[in-house]
Amino acid sequence: MITTYLFYFLSFLAIMFGLMVVLSKNPIHSVLYLVLCFFTIAGHYVLLNAQFLAVVHVIVYSGAIMVLFLFVIMLLNLNKETEPHKSIWLKASAAVAAGSLLLVMVASLKGASTIQSVNTFNPNIGLIENLGTTLFKDFLLPFEVSSILLLAAMVGAVMLGKKSIK
Amino acid sequence: MTLGYVIYKLILAVIVFTVTLLIAMYSTYAERKVAGFLQDRLGPNRAGWFGILQPVADAVKLFMKEEMIPSVSNKTLFIIAPGLSLLTACMTGVVIPWGTSLTIFGTSYSLQVTDLNIGILYLFGVVSIGVYGIMIGGWASNNKYSLLGAMRASSQMISYEVAMGISIIALIMTTGTLSVGQIAAQQHGWHWNILVQPLGCLIFIICAFAETNRAPFDLPECEQELVGGYHTEYSSMKMGFYLFAEYINMFVSSAVISTFYFGGYNMPFIGRFVHDGNLLAILGVVFLFAKIFFGIFFFMWVRWTIPRFRYDQLMNLGWKTLIPLSILNLVLTGAWMMRHEIISVFIK
Repeated sequence: MITTYLFYFLSFLAIMFGLMVVLSKNPIHSVLYLVLCFFTIAGHYVLLNAQFLAVVHVIVYSGAIMVLFLFVIMLLNLNKETEPHKSIWLKASAAVAAGSLLLVMVASLKGASTIQSVNTFNPNIGLIENLGTTLFKDFLLPFEVSSILLLAAMVGAVMLGKKSIK
Repeated sequence: MTLGYVIYKLILAVIVFTVTLLIAMYSTYAERKVAGFLQDRLGPNRAGWFGILQPVADAVKLFMKEEMIPSVSNKTLFIIAPGLSLLTACMTGVVIPWGTSLTIFGTSYSLQVTDLNIGILYLFGVVSIGVYGIMIGGWASNNKYSLLGAMRASSQMISYEVAMGISIIALIMTTGTLSVGQIAAQQHGWHWNILVQPLGCLIFIICAFAETNRAPFDLPECEQELVGGYHTEYSSMKMGFYLFAEYINMFVSSAVISTFYFGGYNMPFIGRFVHDGNLLAILGVVFLFAKIFFGIFFFMWVRWTIPRFRYDQLMNLGWKTLIPLSILNLVLTGAWMMRHEIISVFIK
C-alpha cells in the first residue's frame, strides 16, 4: 500500500523535475534538476527491490557524469547573450517532432493493460548476489563484449586527450 | 516492524547524529590544540578550563556575525549549498557498525542503524554526491576564486574516487561481502584487513585525505592562490557549515578506515578477559572510538607536518601513481585468491 503511494509520489517528482530540466532558462539549473530527476529514478529502482542498480545509478550518473556536466557548463559560462538564436522554423519542427514522439509513446500505453509478462517477476533479481550470478553465468558473453567496448572507449579518450602523438 | 523497533532505530539514529556533531565540534578545538602542540605553542586556553569552551565561543561568534550575500549571486543556490555539504557529510554515519549488539531484557539491539547489503556502495555513493555542495556554492558565489576552488574540488574528487573505488573492489574481493557490518564482524581476532590488504589500505587512506579536502590535498581552499577557495564569499554560519562539514567528513572517514581496515569495534584478546556480552559490546564501541580518535589525530598530524601539493603534483599522484598501484593491487589480490588454480595450470 505504502509502496503504491511512494510510486506515485516519486513518479510525480520525476516528471516534474524532468519538465524543469527542459523549462529552466539557466543551464546550471537544468543540470541540477536532472540530478534530482536521477535521484527519483534511483528511488524507483529501490521500490523494485533493485538496490544495487539504484546505488550504481546514483554513483555513476549523479556522482560522476553529472559532476562532469556541471563542470563543463560552469566553465562555458552560458548566459542569455551567448545563447545561439535558432530560426522559428527550426523551433516549430522540433516541437512537431517531439510532440509526435510523445503521441506515439502515449498511444502505446493504450493496450498496456492487456500485455502479459513472459517471465514471472522475480523480486530478488535485483539483489547483488543474484545479479552477479546472472551476469557471469547467463549473460557472460554480452557482459565481456560490453567491457571491451568500454575499454576501447577509454583508450580512445586517452588518445584524443593527448596533446601530441609521437 | 513494531513501534518499539521504530523507536529504537530513531533513538540510535539521533544518538549517532548527536555524537557526530559533538565530535566535529570538538575536532575544531582538537585541531588547534594539536597545531599548537606541533608548533610548540599553547593553543586556545582562554575560554573555560584548558580552553574547553572554545568551540561554544566560536559557534556563538559565527552565529552573531553579519551575514553577507553577494548581490549578483544566485541567492537560492547560494543558501542551499552549505546545507547540502553538511547533509551529505552526516548521511554516511548510518551504515557504520558502532558496535556489536546490546541485549536488554532479552531483546538484542544492534548498534548499527542499518546494515544495508550494499553498505559499501552506499558509502561510495554518498561520497560521490558530496562534491555538489562545494560545486554549487562555488558557482553561486559568482566569484572567480570561488569558481576555481569549486573546479579544483570536483576534479580532485573525481580523480581520487577512481583509485578509491578500485582499492575498495580489492577489499570486497577478499571479504566477499558488500555489507559493512559483515566486514567489521569478519575482522574478529587478528584478522584485520590491513594485514590482508596493506597496499589497498594505504591507497584508501591517501584517497580519504583527498576526498575530505584536508591538507596536503586542500587545494580547493588554497589561501595563497585562491583567497579562500570555494567559500570566499561565505560569511557567518554558512561558512561555519562548510568548515563543520569538513570536520564531520574527517570523523566519518576515520570511522570508515577503522571499520574497513583496522578491525572496527574488534580488539584482539579482549574476549579472554571479558565474558559479559553487553560489556563486550560497550568496550567495542570504546575501542572503535579510540581508533577513530587516533585517525582524527592522524589527519591533523599530517596537516601540520606536510606542505600542500602543487596542482600538477596532485593530478600526477592521482592518475599516474595511485590508479596504477590500485590496479596492481587488484590484480595481485585476484592472483593470490586464484593461486591454486594458477599453480595447477603450470604444474600440468
